[in-house]
Amino acid sequence: MNRHLISAADLSRDDALLILDTAEELAQMADRPIRKLPTLRGRTVVNLFYEDSTRTRISFEAAAKRLSADVINFSAKGSSVAKGESLKDTALTLEAMGADAVVIRHGASGAPHRLAGWVRGSVVNAGDGAHEHPTQALLDAFTMRRRLGRLEGLRVAIVGDVLHSRVARSNVRLLRTLGAEVMLVAPPTLLPVAVGGWPCEVSYDLDAALPKADVVMMLRVQQERMNAAYFPTVREYSRRYGLDSRRMALLPEHAIIMHPGPMNRGVEIAADVADSVRSTIVEQVSNGVSVRMAVLYLLLGGSEAQR
Amino acid sequence: MHALGPAGSDAGPGTQASLDAAPPGTKTVLGAAEIRRALTRIAHEILERTDGAADVMLLGIPTRGVPLAHRLADRLSQAEHGLVPAGSLDITMYRDDLRLRPARTLGHTDVPPAGIDGRVVVLVDDVLYSGRTVRAALDALVDLGRPRAVQLAVLVDRGHRELPIRADYVGKNLPTSQREVVRVLLEETDGQDAVLLGDDGGGA
Repeated sequence: MNRHLISAADLSRDDALLILDTAEELAQMADRPIRKLPTLRGRTVVNLFYEDSTRTRISFEAAAKRLSADVINFSAKGSSVAKGESLKDTALTLEAMGADAVVIRHGASGAPHRLAGWVRGSVVNAGDGAHEHPTQALLDAFTMRRRLGRLEGLRVAIVGDVLHSRVARSNVRLLRTLGAEVMLVAPPTLLPVAVGGWPCEVSYDLDAALPKADVVMMLRVQQERMNAAYFPTVREYSRRYGLDSRRMALLPEHAIIMHPGPMNRGVEIAADVADSVRSTIVEQVSNGVSVRMAVLYLLLGGSEAQR
Repeated sequence: MHALGPAGSDAGPGTQASLDAAPPGTKTVLGAAEIRRALTRIAHEILERTDGAADVMLLGIPTRGVPLAHRLADRLSQAEHGLVPAGSLDITMYRDDLRLRPARTLGHTDVPPAGIDGRVVVLVDDVLYSGRTVRAALDALVDLGRPRAVQLAVLVDRGHRELPIRADYVGKNLPTSQREVVRVLLEETDGQDAVLLGDDGGGA
């Protein structure tokens, strides 16, 4: 494994499988009376969040605490960042406090990469702009493997706002590494210009894509990043690209429905679909803790020399 | 395979490719028949010491403690006509030497559904050496519940304890020097049963 986890592309097939297998062992812990391991005692993990987040931040915090690491939460609101402190100065402050790992979420693509050059500890990307969100891709792959038993040869449809989605980017890369076939389904305005170079298929027609999908992953319509008109109305988007119960019936019997959250119920996914037994949305959250524990353990659990 | 030898000998199954009965520089200390007899004797000792193994649960420490635990459980079940549960207990996350080496791959923990509360848990490992593995196993056990008693069964006790720990059941006491390496081979993991003793020349 590398010292940092910045992009899903940094992971070889063996690395990714090691993380998933480790997470599988750690997932057992959820059933135990004492959900804590002493492994990272005395290590410090800083959660550095420049963008709002509930599940990712809480998930990383729970993961670090279950491994007995000390956790420092830092959010840009209410800190010196509001007074204009630069990322580099913040990084040097963290460095001086002896952070062994920095989990960073930032609105700018590439911020974790820059940070990795400034601190001695491991950097874990928890989402940077529209670039990558590797631990989300890992927990998605973990969820698919748990539900469907394999990843090799799985057909995964990723539907919706691909343009603004770091989840889609990381998933395309990771799933490719793990041998799954990915199809992106979106209106042309919500696909990146360079999507032709990605290792996946592209379609504009959701109804045609559903019958051959083993997994359908709905993406959130990221209205906070939309400063231009990408579709005429929310209603029209929902009619063409939303997953409702009629469309759910087009899926094969075994197919599962995923969403990275937070959901816009009634926009990209209908409420009854989100709450159906095929939906893994709640599972994804608990799997997230196991996968992030695995990542923190593999990055921080060994010797300093190796890192 | 944990408290096995000096640093470096704790190799995974992948590096145990050589299957000769006794590779050059090593000698066979226990053969298949002797291992079988030792396990049968340990099983009878467990029956005696625990009044027929009624509340006993065997937990093997990966890698090679696990098949040993299952073999002992089979013998106990045959002798008493009741099923004695067996499982595995991975201790990687509880080790005291995690920071000395790259992050290790986790083993599998599989505690039988009955749970360990109120039971007599017999920990099973292949080699007892420094005692640090057993220390870690005791910590791991506390996080799983509260057994009535914990006992320890090992196939080989090679001495050189670094902690105040001793085994309740020993297959063979094997006086060794710290330079020597003890390797336990089992049918389930290595294709044959044997205990080998060799010098630490070039790494076993």
